[in-house]
Amino acid sequence: MAAPGSLAIVDTRCANLASVVFAFGRLGVQPLVTADPAELRAAERVLLPGVGTAGAAMRELERLGLPQVLRSLRQPVLGICLGMQLLTRESEESAQGGQNQRCLGVVDAATRRMEADGLSLPHMGWNRLEVGQPSPLLAGLDGAYVYYVHGYAVPRGPATLAQTTYGQPFSAVLAQGNFYGAQFHPERSGPAGARLLRNFLELEAGRC
Amino acid sequence: MTAPVSDLTRRIIPCLDVKGGQVVKGVQFRAHEVVGDPVALARRYAAAGADELVFYDITASSDGRTVGKEWVSDIARVIDIPFCVAGGIRSVGQAREVLSRGADKISVNSPALERPELIEELVAEFGQQCVVVGVDSFQDKAGKYRVYQFTGDEARTRETGWETLDWVREAVRRGAGEIVLNCMNRDGVRQGYDVAQLAAVRAVCPVPLIASGGAGAKEHFTAVFQQAGVDGALAASVFHKGLLELPDLKAELTRQGVPIRPV
Repeated sequence: MAAPGSLAIVDTRCANLASVVFAFGRLGVQPLVTADPAELRAAERVLLPGVGTAGAAMRELERLGLPQVLRSLRQPVLGICLGMQLLTRESEESAQGGQNQRCLGVVDAATRRMEADGLSLPHMGWNRLEVGQPSPLLAGLDGAYVYYVHGYAVPRGPATLAQTTYGQPFSAVLAQGNFYGAQFHPERSGPAGARLLRNFLELEAGRC
Repeated sequence: MTAPVSDLTRRIIPCLDVKGGQVVKGVQFRAHEVVGDPVALARRYAAAGADELVFYDITASSDGRTVGKEWVSDIARVIDIPFCVAGGIRSVGQAREVLSRGADKISVNSPALERPELIEELVAEFGQQCVVVGVDSFQDKAGKYRVYQFTGDEARTRETGWETLDWVREAVRRGAGEIVLNCMNRDGVRQGYDVAQLAAVRAVCPVPLIASGGAGAKEHFTAVFQQAGVDGALAASVFHKGLLELPDLKAELTRQGVPIRPV
């Protein structure tokens, strides 16, 4: 059994791992960075970071033997950016031979190439959160500006808790059961991002 | 036709030139004076409402070194806004080291001109969103915009043979996720951004475009956002010398109708 309040960050060796660890450090929390299935299962909360491509990230998770472990988690899990997209069924990123990249499938939604109505892509910069479904994860965040860097997104659907508009509205934050995702980078979103991470640390852990 | 809907704000990006571990500032890339410690300045700008920071190791490309890496983690630890690191990154391995220390983006300039495939290699490994291409552009006597290389060292600075618009198209074709256009004629002289050149590049650049060189007053920022349609504006001396305070600048841009993240 993990120590109370324990947080594990899935060691996907992706590029923003250090930033995410530092962001929790600024909140006074020292996360465990691990790819060990037992440590991930034992943690009170799990964070799935991600920078790169859906194909490369899924290959890395498979190499580490983690897809089934992550699907089976019952504690709060937060995916960030690509980590959020990996929670969906599939992604158009890294599609091969007309087949989309299969993802973890714990959130019933799919990741699509962004259509921004002629605006610059990737969507890069600070944009506004519009909270649609209140959630403890989003306490204090309606209307906040957060930092995005992405070219793929999850269209709005039943799992969408908050949206952002860039040409088209898309899922800024989503949730299904114990799985949560944020398309923006809370570790780089100033005080608003820190608030989301703190909200995540305060989510009812339960079901351990 | 209606304009596309977006709440995306325009970015104000203080740029910190780093030489020997200190932030320095020159005029038209020369005569550098020390302005302070990178971590302390990064912290101050982030707290004042900067939307992003760029750190250029200005000597790195010209003397064949890569960026000194220690300060990258020091900055990543203290600031909670995104930052980009530039200077002498010439391989996937060097980029990985900078990114793994906590930088959000890497910017390549001279090495991409020497070997344009570098852009594709970086994009394949880290994704388009973290690969920025910096372009140093100088308007020659005939009025043509031309790309220069090794601008960190006056003795080695040279013209590349690329016209700016062609190189921007090429960099985007190879997958660049953002272009930073340094208009060398305007660098450090605080007479305003080169709106005409930026508008010309904007027309051929479908990825985010950042203006650099020439910021001296609030109205220069208003002009470059409203007239050149850039996504962000980078500036150095105007902030380092305290000629403009970020909260005042952002309040003025908001008054002028430019979408800006409130401080």
